[in-house]
Amino acid sequence: MGRLTVELCGIELDNPIIPASGTFGFGYEFAEYYDINILGTFSFKGTTKEPRFGNPQPRIAECPAGMINSVGLQNPGVHEVIARELPRMAEVFHKPVMANVGGFSAAEYAYTVSLLDPLSCIGWFEINISCPNVHAGGAVTGSDCRATGEVVRAVRAVTKKPVIVKLSPNVTDIAEIARAAEDAGADGISLINTLLGMRFDLRRKKPVIANVMGGLSGPAVFPVALRCVYQVSHAVKLPIVGMGGVSSAEDVIEMMLAGATAVGVGAANLRDPYACRDIITALPDALDKYGIKNIKDIIGGM
Amino acid sequence: MVETIYTVAENERIARDVYKMRLCGDVSMLTAPGMFINIALPGRYLRRPISVHDVDADGGWLSIVYKVVGAGTDDMSRMTAGTKLDVLSGLGNGFDTSKSGERPLLLGGGLGTAPLYMLAKKLLGEGRRVSAVLGFASADDVFGADELTSLGVSVAVATVDGSAGVRGFVTDAMPEAGGYTFTYSCGPTPMMKAVYGRAATGGEYSFEARMGCGFGACLGCSVKTVGGSKRVCRDGPVLEKEEIVWDD
Repeated sequence: MGRLTVELCGIELDNPIIPASGTFGFGYEFAEYYDINILGTFSFKGTTKEPRFGNPQPRIAECPAGMINSVGLQNPGVHEVIARELPRMAEVFHKPVMANVGGFSAAEYAYTVSLLDPLSCIGWFEINISCPNVHAGGAVTGSDCRATGEVVRAVRAVTKKPVIVKLSPNVTDIAEIARAAEDAGADGISLINTLLGMRFDLRRKKPVIANVMGGLSGPAVFPVALRCVYQVSHAVKLPIVGMGGVSSAEDVIEMMLAGATAVGVGAANLRDPYACRDIITALPDALDKYGIKNIKDIIGGM
Repeated sequence: MVETIYTVAENERIARDVYKMRLCGDVSMLTAPGMFINIALPGRYLRRPISVHDVDADGGWLSIVYKVVGAGTDDMSRMTAGTKLDVLSGLGNGFDTSKSGERPLLLGGGLGTAPLYMLAKKLLGEGRRVSAVLGFASADDVFGADELTSLGVSVAVATVDGSAGVRGFVTDAMPEAGGYTFTYSCGPTPMMKAVYGRAATGGEYSFEARMGCGFGACLGCSVKTVGGSKRVCRDGPVLEKEEIVWDD
């Protein structure tokens, strides 16, 4: 047990750092830049039953201290993920991976999870009920307690592996959604997904993003993410993967003080492909600086 | 892709809102014409992807040509010699000169002219007879024609308002079928679509896109192709004529 070790739903992580889904592909391209086995784990690209091309261009807009994306769950579909992407991943990553699954109905989530469930490389499922880019106007399944419970129960029925439910911040009361997921049998909560936002192109006087709205991420959302993690950690007993704008070892410590057991890193990987490596390298000194012996001691505050 | 530091050596205006910047540092990863670099700018969250204009491996420098279109490129235009830049270098696939045949035709629209310089040098070095058609809005926007001519390229210019060269678009100054063996194009999508419709041979087309990461991770710049979706930043920016699907 190193001083960075944490345990997430019964599986030990060498450190709490988890590249967030949609910013790390299936890992093998980042493995060209550094040994990705230094990570706690990573959450692979959101996978759906059918292949999806995603949304029209442009999909990206820059913001103060962040960015908006409207990728729209582009992925080759679960069959192709199993046939091509995961074998390539397995060549370079030798730890349990987090399988991020998206869908458009409870049955579709359950179908995708049931196909991935037998694969030994998968340690956890992360159920994305919060992508703002696939329904008109940014509506998400995860803005409704009943729909959240329905999806979680359907997935729970087809796997014994830990089910982590990824929540949207674009709701009135995020704690209420977290409790609905807990009641339906979830093993963990991850949050936050992106905040719904938009920008205008002054030359064309139209929205920058073709799909009008998209998801805001990056340091701009970090304080919102901390608040949401704090609220959810007081509402449920489940472990939390905290994410949203995390860019440094200090941010990781703040996120864990707010109640996170592990910490996702998203947009930072896109500006700097070495972001997670550098955060992991910096963590021991940051712990020393703030008088922390073992990182797991600070989960939820000291 | 390699993360590296480049130092600004020169930064000069060469046409209306268009600047050429020379950067010193390790250029060993820039192995083909048509590749690009992604520059981190202080205070801006996303990097700026800019195509490479020329590389001097022995001298340890590269040049880029960029246009001031927003706050980030405006920052760049004010940078002075000695400024250090955090750059992801060696991005994109670049042009494949082995397909050119004896008489390749280069077609550049506006800023798309920039990567054609390094491409022309390579083709000439391989013994090809190179011609080029460059299109701009107006005479004040024209750049790159003289330097291509001095390399030994036969250059035609078209401007939309007729203030320099032929009045009209790149396609109005294109030679007849039989005058070239292959096309290499870079420019705005409407220009490349027109070239695609007019060109009598195979070709390579270098695309622009709004990018998130520039190295293939975010899927922000995906486009449809005959062979499925491709990322402009990592699988491109150069696509083969036969694989292009135009969005309507």
